[in-house]
Amino acid sequence: MNFFIQLRKELTELGRTRKFLIVAAVLVVFGLTSPLIARFTPDLLKSIPNMPAGLAGIIPAATLADAVGQYVKNMGQFGVLLALLLTMGSVAQEKERGTASMILTHPVSRLNFLLAKFTALGIMFAVTTAVAALCCWYYTLLLFEALPLGPYLALNGLILVVFLVYISVTLLCSTLVRTQGAAAGLAFAALVVVAGIGSLPRIGDYFPGRLFGWGASLVLGTSDPAWLALGISAGIILAALAAAGLIFARQEI
Amino acid sequence: MIQVENLHKHYGPVHALDGLNLTVEPGTVFGFLGPNGAGKTTTLRILTGLARPTSGRASVAGIDLASDGRTLSRRIGFLPEEPAFYSWMTPREFLDYLGRLHGLPSLERAARTKELLALVNLDEAGKRRIGGFSHGMRQRLGLAAALVHNPEVLLLDEPVSALDPSGRKEVLEFIETLGGKCTVLMSSHILEDVERVCSVVGIIARGRMLVQSPRQALMDRYAQPIFEAEVTEAASARRWAEMIRIQPWAAGVVVDGEVVRVTVKDIAQARREMLASAVAQEVLLRRFEETRPSLEDVFLQLVNKEAVQ
Repeated sequence: MNFFIQLRKELTELGRTRKFLIVAAVLVVFGLTSPLIARFTPDLLKSIPNMPAGLAGIIPAATLADAVGQYVKNMGQFGVLLALLLTMGSVAQEKERGTASMILTHPVSRLNFLLAKFTALGIMFAVTTAVAALCCWYYTLLLFEALPLGPYLALNGLILVVFLVYISVTLLCSTLVRTQGAAAGLAFAALVVVAGIGSLPRIGDYFPGRLFGWGASLVLGTSDPAWLALGISAGIILAALAAAGLIFARQEI
Repeated sequence: MIQVENLHKHYGPVHALDGLNLTVEPGTVFGFLGPNGAGKTTTLRILTGLARPTSGRASVAGIDLASDGRTLSRRIGFLPEEPAFYSWMTPREFLDYLGRLHGLPSLERAARTKELLALVNLDEAGKRRIGGFSHGMRQRLGLAAALVHNPEVLLLDEPVSALDPSGRKEVLEFIETLGGKCTVLMSSHILEDVERVCSVVGIIARGRMLVQSPRQALMDRYAQPIFEAEVTEAASARRWAEMIRIQPWAAGVVVDGEVVRVTVKDIAQARREMLASAVAQEVLLRRFEETRPSLEDVFLQLVNKEAVQ
């Protein structure tokens, strides 16, 4: 019961502090501009003055794959960055400011305190990703062709899974330390490690970043499944939440 | 209602609590006195479940802190020294949120919120964002937050430190009214406040309880009579103090500019000889009085004795 009271408070906070609006605005901008950039980049290149003869001819025309690729790239970069920025202070800041000690002397379990934060951030990213996806789908329809609905939903579901991985890992970092600055440093270090390992050949196939490629291939009809990466991502989320819960339960506030 | 036995809390080499023993009877307003760093806040943090002891036992409202921390939160109210809030909330929303956590029904929450905001003089600011509140307003809201569920035990860490004189008076009077209805453990370094509202006093220093006793019994036992004199020159005050210090009836002499304060062991002998010694030293007096020893005098006496040991 108190989980839902905490969740309500977290969602209200995301709304009142305009975090929800900021995430929505950023993701919608990238949702809208991804097909636009893909569509008009070749035209922009061709319009460069004094371009050597023949070069304009070899610039390929924009395709649906460019639009999907641009969308995945933008969401992967900026969405992950937003997930880190909005999660890093969620627990550390409450400890630093003293609100955690104010609230945790009332009947709220520490696990519910954490899970409500994770769920609220997850809901925010799910809703904003859905809005951004809708914008991208509409502009892609206008500029290219309709994206297949089922695979496109799957792509966005996989993008959300990657966001949840970074939210849960950052939440763990935020639980480990007492200040927002330290949480930020730790979260960015975690991002570098996960992204670094994910970029290694072969090993990277099992890391969350691989889900972007799988999602894009689903939309483009060249299915390249990465079930193991999905399983590992789910495992990271659960492990990070469990670790955060265990640590927070024993932590002095 | 509150029982603490041989409580230790170590932060590395620092022993914040060093075998603390404390008993607070139901319905008591207990003043927990001590200098800065004595271990008052650490004790309160352990009693609220925010920190864990290194060793020792503690129970609040019959709940052993080692075994059942969650039930505890329904029985206690806690006001930290610097209460913190969500700046985007209004006081009404904050108290309503806490009321929900305690499972109060909607109508009861609304009534309790109104009642508490009036009690702490924040009814007119009830719809303003807490982010714009002064330190004193936050402390008053913190007190309301601690009371939202009518707790059996109220733990207050320096509850009036940020309030102006009228706010302090109001809050202290309110705390005094809680005696008998609820058990209050109030930490403070403002002795006058403790003297005003607490029926039992515990003095802590270096993580140990030096003394715990009903306030009047403590005063009767430890408060030595004091003479205070104001002289015309600081130099003659110092000279006279040196003379008094060697007298068998003097327990201690403190000189503050032109004021000499003398704690005495034998009041009758002091009454006879003190003025005579002033005359002998040719000290010109502006004022001379026998004062009622305050809790501050007892506190300083005990804490200084502990520091010497």
